[in-house]
Amino acid sequence: MTTVAIEPASVAQPKLALVSRALRRIGFLPALLIVLIVLLVLFEPRFMGMFNIFNVARNSSALLIVASGQMLVLVVGGFDLSVGAVIALTSVVTAKVMAVMLEGAPEDVTLAIIAGVAAGMGCGFVTGLINGACVAFLRISPFMVTLGTSSIATGVALLLTNGIPVYGMPDAFVKDFGRAIWFGLPMPVYVSLSILVLVWIMQRRTTVGRYIHAIGGNVQAAMVSGVNTNFYLILAYTLCGMLASLTSLLLTARLGSGQATMSGNLMLESIAAGVIAGVSLRGGVGRVEMVALSALFLSILTNAMNLLKVNSKIQTIFMGIIVVAAVALDELAKRRSRSAREG
Amino acid sequence: MFPAPAPSRGGGRFTEAVNSMNEHDGNLLELTGISKRFPGVLALDNVDFDLRHGEVHVLFGENGAGKSTLINVIAGTFGPDSGRFLYQGREIRKLTPHQARVMGISPVFQEFSLVPEMTVDENLFLGRERSRFTFLNKRAMRAKAREVIAELGFNLDPTRKVGSLSRAHQQMVEIAKALLTDVRLLILDEPTASLTEAETIKLFALIDRLRAQGVGIIYVSHRMGEIKQIADRISVLRDGRKIATVRSDEISETELVELMAGRKIEVLFPHVDHRPAEDLLEVRNLTLASGSVKDVTFHARAGEITGIAGLVGCGKSELIRAVFGLDPVESGTVLLYGKETSSFKPTAMLRAGVCYFPSDRVAEGLALARPVRENVSMAALDLPEFAKGQVIRRKEEKKTIQDIVDRLKLRPPQIEPAVGRLSGGNRQKVVLGRGLAREIRVFLFDEPTVGIDVGAKLEVYELMKLLLEMGAAIVLVSSELPEVLHLSNRLYVMHHARMVAELTGQDINEQAVLACFFREDAPNAGSDEVPAERAVASAA
Repeated sequence: MTTVAIEPASVAQPKLALVSRALRRIGFLPALLIVLIVLLVLFEPRFMGMFNIFNVARNSSALLIVASGQMLVLVVGGFDLSVGAVIALTSVVTAKVMAVMLEGAPEDVTLAIIAGVAAGMGCGFVTGLINGACVAFLRISPFMVTLGTSSIATGVALLLTNGIPVYGMPDAFVKDFGRAIWFGLPMPVYVSLSILVLVWIMQRRTTVGRYIHAIGGNVQAAMVSGVNTNFYLILAYTLCGMLASLTSLLLTARLGSGQATMSGNLMLESIAAGVIAGVSLRGGVGRVEMVALSALFLSILTNAMNLLKVNSKIQTIFMGIIVVAAVALDELAKRRSRSAREG
Repeated sequence: MFPAPAPSRGGGRFTEAVNSMNEHDGNLLELTGISKRFPGVLALDNVDFDLRHGEVHVLFGENGAGKSTLINVIAGTFGPDSGRFLYQGREIRKLTPHQARVMGISPVFQEFSLVPEMTVDENLFLGRERSRFTFLNKRAMRAKAREVIAELGFNLDPTRKVGSLSRAHQQMVEIAKALLTDVRLLILDEPTASLTEAETIKLFALIDRLRAQGVGIIYVSHRMGEIKQIADRISVLRDGRKIATVRSDEISETELVELMAGRKIEVLFPHVDHRPAEDLLEVRNLTLASGSVKDVTFHARAGEITGIAGLVGCGKSELIRAVFGLDPVESGTVLLYGKETSSFKPTAMLRAGVCYFPSDRVAEGLALARPVRENVSMAALDLPEFAKGQVIRRKEEKKTIQDIVDRLKLRPPQIEPAVGRLSGGNRQKVVLGRGLAREIRVFLFDEPTVGIDVGAKLEVYELMKLLLEMGAAIVLVSSELPEVLHLSNRLYVMHHARMVAELTGQDINEQAVLACFFREDAPNAGSDEVPAERAVASAA
């Protein structure tokens, strides 16, 4: 889809036209990504270092998984502000369950891991379910519901730990899984790529994807067409919650401790990734492959700022500016050419 | 991750539909004693209704008479509070929209049940996708969509996004969607409101075909002409009650209107005295950035109604929207009271005494949740009568608005209820009230009577008459031909973004206007009937 074929006829055209034409073919985001990478490779030797590449790969994998969940919720016309809190809660619960299980039966490592992972995923599942149910049945605005559950989940996570990191997870989970390198790449890369493929298939090839898009486009139409809108709304939020939990498991396994302050900026970044990828905040529009590119873009951008030693507080400000600018650009482009958009 | 698929129905061709005529000799649908109460209103009061196989049964009534409630009950949008619902001889309880569709009840509502971000074929199959193990069979669906669209004779590309289509084309998608599966009962809610003549003819041919196949059709319309043309029976509703069900060939138009209104209405169009005076508005060679209006010149004088007729999509609405500053202008000049204006902005236009009344009152005209008072004074709050600095003078506002509401004969004549609780005709009056709240001399009406009932129409016309007497200039843009024919002193005709004729006096008649619409297709037709027409577009 992003191949550039320059036909002989277009070579004769002026350079500027050629550039804008190529840009339209590839899309703005991939072009920006390429420019960013080229600049970094040329001017920042540390960027291509093995350690740095792994770091970027890990960060973008985590962001991709949260952001694809966030995208599903954005596509049904919602919002999930609770993903950050879910990540924190999952981290704490997983670590705590594993530690407690191991204390009781030190030899049952497998059981402890399974129980910990199940409990962690359960956090996302339950939060997502509550979010979805409140939006679907009670018709509360997604913004308020997820803001509320976010506060609740953060509170529970802090209550469980008093803000102190939870240690005591088995090595099999931390060293053999969390910090594993498979075929020369960090493990999370494979997990995130699998999620990408699964979500892509769901979006493009299944009725589930179609219904989720239809609900975001026009709830009334979906309902009249016999779509069980409440079910798919709840499904979208639940999947989002579970994907957030999955992200948390990867991060927790890598860190080796459960932390209530784990999520950092991931909630805002997941929404930013969606918006930069062209996911409509009004619902109905969004493609996971674009979200993947945009997650990669944001991770590399953050990495570049780190390499250039930009103050982390300034980075937070910068992230906010990017989000607002992305939404504004999207809005302007839409106004300029309503019909020129391709599907 | 993926739940089990809903059992997908292989939708047969609609032409294969319904051979159940002989299965049930009784009625297709029989409703007895249906009542439905909404907060504050009894929308349906003990209504009986029946539909036979192969008949077109028209529902006729004023806005708020209960027509939409009734078709929504039949389509399963909501259930009745009481009453019996028999469909194909079986009693139906707790009907959902999905069940209704599965049973062959296909509604085509005015509010489209389409997803703008999705393509035509995706919309057609929404909720009944062809799939194996939740995996979509896109090719089969696209082929089927093409087949159905071709069969309907619509000019639609199944790969286009619905949001990029015109209203008329969206209407076609909606109709195609309703006919995709076995349809036994088709509900059409004012389907011709956004269709052109040619498309309407196609739709009526389709209705005839479906009727011949035994499909029962419930048809809601305000347009007398088409009702007489296609109806077998007509049921008249008023205030939630059914007044009568009559055979279409046994009733005259006048009788029908009287049944609907519950009072005698002698004339549909009042006699208007035009006293043309000076030019208030003059538009020269106006071209819009969107290309929907090209090189248009016209003028409107005080004391007369200047009509602009044209088919849907000819650019007539865009023309007056641009004059008011809502659509971007590319070139051309607009003169107000003989002076050239350069600022095409609604604020400046209102200050200059020009007001535009949108056709889509809900989307563009009104804040439904706010009271009548605020809606009427909304465009006049910058006047010293209404506000001192930024502080609103509530007492004066109330007094002035109450006065206006009384003059408009708003029902109920109260200024505090939210506009959302009023009927279509009364909402239109609220919009019109804005023109009375400040000194307006040029009134730009965009389809002022679309979707409102005969009684309210008459009141709108009376208001126009009143405005004329006060020395206003009225520009009336309407797709309803009788309206512009009867009310205009001078009638412009637009076709394909251009002004093609200006008709006056005796030349204002249906043949002349229609000749302008179709002249391009048949260059020789109609040239004799319109000797006095003047090509305005070419005059610089």
